[in-house]
Amino acid sequence: MSQPIKLGCHGIWKVYGDNSEVFFDREESPQSRRERIVRGGHIPAACDVSFEVEKGEIFVIMGLSGSGKSTVVRCLSRLIEPSAGQVLLDGENLLEKSKAELIEIRRHRLGMVFQHFGLLPHQTVLENVAFPLRVQGLNLSDREARARKMIELVGLEGREANYPRELSGGQQQRVGIARSLAVDPEIWLLDEPFSALDPLIRRQMQDEFLRLQKLLHKTIIFITHDFLEALKLADRIAIMKDGWVVQIGAPAELVSHPANDYVAEFTRDVPRLKIITAGEVLKTCESKSEPKEFRSNTTIPSNSTLENLLPDLAGSAQGLTVVGADDQVLGKITMHDVINTLANSMEK
Amino acid sequence: MKHGFSRQIPPALLVWILAGLVSGVSIFYRTELPWLVNYPEAWVLPVIEWANTGMDWFVENFRWFFRSISWLLSWAMSGALAVLVWLPWAAAIVLFMGVALIAGGWSLAVFTVAALMYMVVIGYWEESMRTLALVSVSVPLSVIVGFGMGVAALRSRRTNRIVQPALDLMQTVPTFAYLVPILLLFGFGPVVGLIASSIYACPPMVRNTMLALSRVPEEVVESGKMSGATERQLFWWVRFPTALPTIMIGVNQATMAALSMVIIAAIIGSSADIGWEVLSTMRRANFGESLLAGIVIALIAMVLDRITRAFATRDSRKRKYLSGVSNLQTLVGTLFVTAFFIIAAQLYPELNDYPDDWVFYPAGYLNDIVAFVTVEFSGILEAIKNGFLFFLLLPLRIGLENTIRPFTWGFTLTPVISGGYAVMTMLLAAFLGVRYSWRVSVGILLVCSILFFGFEHSPWPMIIILIVVLAWQVVGLWIGILTLSGLGFMLVTGVWVPAMRSLYLCLAAVLCSFLIGCLLGILASQNNRLSGILRPIIDTLQTMPLFVLLIPVLMFFQVGEFTAFLAIIAYAIVPAIRYTEHGLRHVDPEVVEAARSMGCTERQLLWEVRLPLAIPEIMLGLNQTIMFALAMLVIAALVGTRGLGQSIYIALSKADFGLGLVAGLSMALIAIIADRVLHAYSRRQRQALGLQ
Repeated sequence: MSQPIKLGCHGIWKVYGDNSEVFFDREESPQSRRERIVRGGHIPAACDVSFEVEKGEIFVIMGLSGSGKSTVVRCLSRLIEPSAGQVLLDGENLLEKSKAELIEIRRHRLGMVFQHFGLLPHQTVLENVAFPLRVQGLNLSDREARARKMIELVGLEGREANYPRELSGGQQQRVGIARSLAVDPEIWLLDEPFSALDPLIRRQMQDEFLRLQKLLHKTIIFITHDFLEALKLADRIAIMKDGWVVQIGAPAELVSHPANDYVAEFTRDVPRLKIITAGEVLKTCESKSEPKEFRSNTTIPSNSTLENLLPDLAGSAQGLTVVGADDQVLGKITMHDVINTLANSMEK
Repeated sequence: MKHGFSRQIPPALLVWILAGLVSGVSIFYRTELPWLVNYPEAWVLPVIEWANTGMDWFVENFRWFFRSISWLLSWAMSGALAVLVWLPWAAAIVLFMGVALIAGGWSLAVFTVAALMYMVVIGYWEESMRTLALVSVSVPLSVIVGFGMGVAALRSRRTNRIVQPALDLMQTVPTFAYLVPILLLFGFGPVVGLIASSIYACPPMVRNTMLALSRVPEEVVESGKMSGATERQLFWWVRFPTALPTIMIGVNQATMAALSMVIIAAIIGSSADIGWEVLSTMRRANFGESLLAGIVIALIAMVLDRITRAFATRDSRKRKYLSGVSNLQTLVGTLFVTAFFIIAAQLYPELNDYPDDWVFYPAGYLNDIVAFVTVEFSGILEAIKNGFLFFLLLPLRIGLENTIRPFTWGFTLTPVISGGYAVMTMLLAAFLGVRYSWRVSVGILLVCSILFFGFEHSPWPMIIILIVVLAWQVVGLWIGILTLSGLGFMLVTGVWVPAMRSLYLCLAAVLCSFLIGCLLGILASQNNRLSGILRPIIDTLQTMPLFVLLIPVLMFFQVGEFTAFLAIIAYAIVPAIRYTEHGLRHVDPEVVEAARSMGCTERQLLWEVRLPLAIPEIMLGLNQTIMFALAMLVIAALVGTRGLGQSIYIALSKADFGLGLVAGLSMALIAIIADRVLHAYSRRQRQALGLQ
């Protein structure tokens, strides 16, 4: 995964309160700056937030309410003006753009989905989806044609003439998704898009989201407060707390090597079977296991999760052969190894 | 015992004792020092004269400006008037029917036609159209101005700081008081009513515009921004349409306000509209005639209310009344039929001018019925009237001290009886103080002493200190200071006596409205059928322009304070019922379920759960009851009350700006103080109960 960096976010701060610029008059460590802000009676919503998102990547920002994740996603599009820092879109700093340039960027390069959908109540599904195009001044027939395509993409054909209030929550969010994609944006921002939905619908929408991403290959910033959702969808996750980014890493990394107790607290309830891979079992059990005898016929790739390899393992008493990406043999794992690994991860 | 008591004396009680001492001293010396009761003329600040001088100067220098506005508006008005009066009645009815059809469907259309036919048949068509012409100019004016002000106030904090208090004042200063300066600035003529009603209709429009735009969900606005909308697109394509339903409620309220003011403006008698008809017949004591005309006003109010409300709440897409016919087609069809009737009216003049022989005008019968009832049931009517007068109104006004006579109560107030009253009061206060808390006994002492001396005959230092301490102790120091300055204003400007008369009448009416209203509200909350019966009645009472309510009461009880009292109750009871029922019905259902599951009976549920939790809402109801009562109090001056309302009325007839200003401000001060006290109390209660 070495795609070019699409979106870079460097040292973003957001401080609420009057005259917050006084806190950025000198160089100092982020910790002492934050202390100064709090002492001044201001509220630091985002502190020194930095991350880079590769082209085509799903980058999930996960945090509980009040952690600053919604502030950060709004700083990226300047719905909220950051107090300090840089947002680089293809290397250009968004924060230096004029109002008119910003409007152009929003019209063509950014799309956003909202937690409570943010649909216009007086417009039909079709008009809602076509709204970003109407704002650009596209003519009626072109924008309706484009909107119909989007509605089809999210599977809402036949509901074009309905009003948002006549749709279920899941359907409304499909409209929100279709609208955000109508201008074919490069960056797709999703602010807790499925949090307002029922669990069953939420799972459906997550699958739907992954399906769309397979088709579209957008660069995605996805906000959630649900750690399992983050694990399911993310290429990489950033965990936020009190305005800080606590840790950034791939899902398996977070689970196996949480940066601190706070992150570990989230990973505790995660079903290990969904996270731990064959490769990881191999790594943990290397020292303890006997010299390998490669008698097993069944091979599995090193990145398959325990959940996927358990049926195979149950059927072969000798264990399974683990192979890497180019089919070279990496080692062997047995039932005993798996149990050891699981027990080991519980202790953590 | 005395030592122990004085050591634990709470500071609040100390304040009350002090207030009691002042009251006692001023009562004791009131015969020796008459200035304690009658604030001397010589001490009155000539605020009224100053205001008049200022106004004279202002009028002298800026008259040209206001007169040119008035000239401009008179053109708009003549235009509207010319069209509506020229339009044959048959064609007009078709036109209104079409509008009603588009707004709310067949049932509204039928109602509209029936209401308009009443005006035609009874012979008040032209008067009605004159009123409508005024409304049709003043409503768009106030809608546009109000919308602009609302948007401006939302955009800039500085504008908001000017607009908010202006709105408060515009809504609390009584409607009559508006008329005086307008009269001076704009001159006589129908335009005065027009301008007054535009001003009066502005606040609800401004408020609803601000409310509507500030309630647009942040995410909807953000989604517009993320679509790349410019500021202008964001406003006209996102904020405005999303806020439109609430803005339309503002239009509905503005329309009703404009209509009620147009009717009131008839007092200066400048146009031969339906308000003037009601007023002049009422003055001549032709109650049948004024009732018939009053019904016209009520019908106009109901039609306008329902049509504008239907526009506010309708679902633009879902019309059930005509399948397959669009609004545009309905409109075109309506215009076509209207045009047809206009042409037909040239051939058949009956369609243009409704022939006099066809008019059905049953005023005579009505008068006969009224005469019959008043003669037949004079005993009962007198008994009701005297009962309220002798046992409630007079004691509050001039005190038991002056009310108890052989003629009224059947015995003379001897010193022994007075002493007995004092002892009983003390005993009751002592008992309640021991049983509950000293606050209750202070309350009882307060009520009993006011009852004994009356508002009008109590020394003013006593009344001022008691009310101020009450406001201070119940709410806080700031409200206390506000109350003190308010009452002080009334005292030094020389309107103390009328203010006390207004206060007592208002208090008596509020007391009755609130008690009866709460009772009805409680019953209605328990009984769906009663609620179903009450709702249309209170809806109608609320949309009714105020002085229509005077007519039926006037028919049976003639001019006087009791009539005013009843009319105020008829109007002020509405919020008491509504808020009580709403508060009781909307207690958190989980709490109700919890109580039920613990085995509460319905009665326990009501008294132990619903009522305590509904108190904040009921207090807001009381607040509204007071506001409604004050609004009606001014109008009731027409039937002979002698308070601030009368002062304003006099100011109007003499074009005395200063008097109108002082009396109007005093009225507004009473309203504002009552409002702040009750709001603060309700808020505190709400917090104590952990609601919101």
